[in-house]
Amino acid sequence: MKIFNLYIFDKLGTLMYYAEWNRTKKSGLTQEEEAKLTYGMLSSIKSFVSKISPHDPREGFLFYKTNKYALHYLETPSGLKFVLNTDVNAVNVKELLQQIYSKIWVEYVVRDPLWNPGTPVTSDLFQTKLDELIRQSPIFGIRNI
Amino acid sequence: MSRLVSKLDAKKVNSEFLTLTYGALVTQMLRDLENVEDVNKQLERIGYNMGMRLIEDFLARTSATRCLEMRETADRIQQAFRIYLNVQPTITNWSQASDEFSLQFETNPLTEFVELPPDLTNLRYSSIISGCIRGALEMVQLEVQCWFVQDQLKGDNVTELRVKFIRRLEDAIPAGED
Repeated sequence: MKIFNLYIFDKLGTLMYYAEWNRTKKSGLTQEEEAKLTYGMLSSIKSFVSKISPHDPREGFLFYKTNKYALHYLETPSGLKFVLNTDVNAVNVKELLQQIYSKIWVEYVVRDPLWNPGTPVTSDLFQTKLDELIRQSPIFGIRNI
Repeated sequence: MSRLVSKLDAKKVNSEFLTLTYGALVTQMLRDLENVEDVNKQLERIGYNMGMRLIEDFLARTSATRCLEMRETADRIQQAFRIYLNVQPTITNWSQASDEFSLQFETNPLTEFVELPPDLTNLRYSSIISGCIRGALEMVQLEVQCWFVQDQLKGDNVTELRVKFIRRLEDAIPAGED
């Protein structure tokens, strides 16, 4: 199993953080354009899901899958969006996203007085801790397919 | 400081420490600003900024979902007071339209050793709390108004905080590139 990359958006759609690990194919866009495109697609899916759903959608959009990768999505009530791309066999990615939020984001960004809400995250400590968590996660396997 | 706090169990932090630190902050601001109204405004603003961050911690701890109605919001706020200040306010005085309620405190941990001198009757000592609620709720797309209607520091029996729902904020959609 593999983890490819991670986007974090705030509720206004600003890209707060981007990291990649096993991404071999580039989109050919600048990071800014790519983030806009991703965010636009996500918000479309969100509104699509809530309109089309036959029941009241509790959590709404969770993930989508192609034959090559899966995109996992977590949105907090405060509008933060965590987007993680993995290969299609990854399991329990939702827990991992939840951990990124509660153990890394809250701990090293929200509690960092030098971070201004609404601006991209540049803290080294956050980057290191996030990288550690991702690498320790069982989903971050080494070419076991 | 944040690092230190996160290692300790939140409940084990002595509340006297918070009370006294907050007292020092208010004293310092009274000295710096002189005008009591300015101090009120600043305390509210500090609370607002705290609330904006505190909500993330609260959501991560409780994995709460977005509130659909004010009764839920009231319960969550009550829960937050239990987590962060270890007090249990009572929720009362619902308005007819269910858009307004009060939180009543028997004790306010922020004012434990505080007496207001008579020349400072306009000071809203705990307005950091109302700012905090406003900031936190704004992050979850709820605009509210929040103010004190009774205050033990001003001779009332209980401290009563009033919360009024103003409107639900819209989710931001990405800036159009059409």
